[in-house]
Amino acid sequence: MVKLGRDIAHLEEMAKEVRKDIVEMTYLAHSGHPGGSLSSVEILVSLYFSELNQSPETVDSPDRDRFVLSKGHITPAFYSVLSHAGYIPHEELKQFRRVNSRLQGHPASTKLKGIEVSTGSLGQGLSVAIGIALAGKIDKRDYRVYCLVGDGEMEEGQIWEAIMFAGNRHLNNLILFLDYNGLQIDGEVAKINDIAPVISKFEAFKWHTFEINGHSFDQIFKAIDEAKRYPDNPTAIIAHTVKGKGISFMENAYEWHGKAPNEEQYKQAMKELNANG
Amino acid sequence: MVEMATRDAYGKALVELGERDKNICVLTADLAESTRTAKFEAKFPERHFDIGIEEANMIGIAAGLASCGKITFASTFAVFAPGRCYDQIRIAVAYSNKDVKIVSTHGGITVGEDGASHQACEDIALMRVLPNMRVVVPADAIETEKVIKEIAYIPGPFYVRLGRPRVPVIFSETYDFELGKGKVLRKGKDVAIIACGIMVSKAIEASDILHKRGVEATVVNMSTIKPLDVNLLNDLGGVVKGFVTAEEHSIYGGLGEAVAGVISENICKPVKRVGMMDVFGESGTAQELLIKYGLTADNIVKKALEIVV
Repeated sequence: MVKLGRDIAHLEEMAKEVRKDIVEMTYLAHSGHPGGSLSSVEILVSLYFSELNQSPETVDSPDRDRFVLSKGHITPAFYSVLSHAGYIPHEELKQFRRVNSRLQGHPASTKLKGIEVSTGSLGQGLSVAIGIALAGKIDKRDYRVYCLVGDGEMEEGQIWEAIMFAGNRHLNNLILFLDYNGLQIDGEVAKINDIAPVISKFEAFKWHTFEINGHSFDQIFKAIDEAKRYPDNPTAIIAHTVKGKGISFMENAYEWHGKAPNEEQYKQAMKELNANG
Repeated sequence: MVEMATRDAYGKALVELGERDKNICVLTADLAESTRTAKFEAKFPERHFDIGIEEANMIGIAAGLASCGKITFASTFAVFAPGRCYDQIRIAVAYSNKDVKIVSTHGGITVGEDGASHQACEDIALMRVLPNMRVVVPADAIETEKVIKEIAYIPGPFYVRLGRPRVPVIFSETYDFELGKGKVLRKGKDVAIIACGIMVSKAIEASDILHKRGVEATVVNMSTIKPLDVNLLNDLGGVVKGFVTAEEHSIYGGLGEAVAGVISENICKPVKRVGMMDVFGESGTAQELLIKYGLTADNIVKKALEIVV
């Protein structure tokens, strides 16, 4: 198990490796979701290489911190991080979306240890995270539950059911990351069915909130540290991100929500990632 | 005959489970009194969660608790679970294979005066098609209690369908529930009546009427609709002239189609279905509705006679 602590240089190196994996996995699978995977990289890397009290060796421990991927389509980022963290061999990423693979298009908890629940139908993960948080309270365990939610996903009604309940129950062991990249399949979130203003919405539902740059490790860690200090409420970390982050032609382009690069685009993307830093 | 609602037996069973096992958690969505989870809540408030009117959220929370080793019961009306949270049951419970027991009350038209909006006649169909999901419809209060205590310790997802009104208690305390096994309550060579839920007592009644007319009917309590007791059906198929199924549910997708599916694969004999004939119910007393929609012993008799005569 690799833990990088808060060594920003190493974490940034890891983020770059994950971005390369995302491009390669979607290219090899001829499908998948690169845009939202690329926007979530720093959040996932922060959790798995620094914050989560969990490793392949402790993946069944009742005291482990939990992570629930509510925006289940970003499996390229999720599996890549899991591979670098030692949950699966890196070589296995080539099996992504292939028949007989553990690496399903969307996370399948029955196929791979480390996935708490199957997701892929948007809006469901936060409720599951609440159930895990409640179990921690019943059993008086100190673990935390982290949940990654997409911004388009915030349009789902179930998300608001869950936000209301978690706030009312003062679930201080629950930390939500909102990957606020501003784009959903059909275009701009703001134009299709705007979720703004999210800060005041969360606060109205009795959550503690932070607004950060979701690509800054420094800001992510500061927000997590602050969240842990609040004894009374769940925390929402509103992470402003760039969909397709790191690859020029994918950045802020909603078309790259669920499209694989062709060979030329793959080469261009890898060239950009290798050139940067 | 003594009468008791299956939901009352559920409330009692939950309390007994809760006393023995700290891992039992119970959820409801603003229907603690109606579903009888309130009895558990009174004794174990720290393990009972009233989620409010959020059925989708309730199912997700149940999956989360289950993923931490909790044996989790989630209860509301059958129109709301599965009706209101099908996708959550499909992904977070069935596909994830979590230890969640969805126990819904107020199944079928015997809900009565509330009308069709509250009368679930599709729930068995919805649950039966999900991989990993087991479906049980107990016939009376005694069986309900045995089912709840049994499935608590069979890992994985279950759907149990209970009812609102008091219904005849047809079994004694010695009755033994075994998942996936139909119970032969009467033996007869002419026709087999396969029933579940409140229609089991009506099937027994029908067999008495048929006996007086010289027709000998086998009566089976097929409380487990999935996994279905295929062996029993095949064995009966070798003896009787045909089958009548009886359920407080649409003739589509429920017990009737399940039985017909097995019989048509193996034995070419008629299967006549008694159930809701692809219609919504309406307001009325439970008794009035059962008669109006043909969920009666007389209708079972009529179908049986169509087979044997």
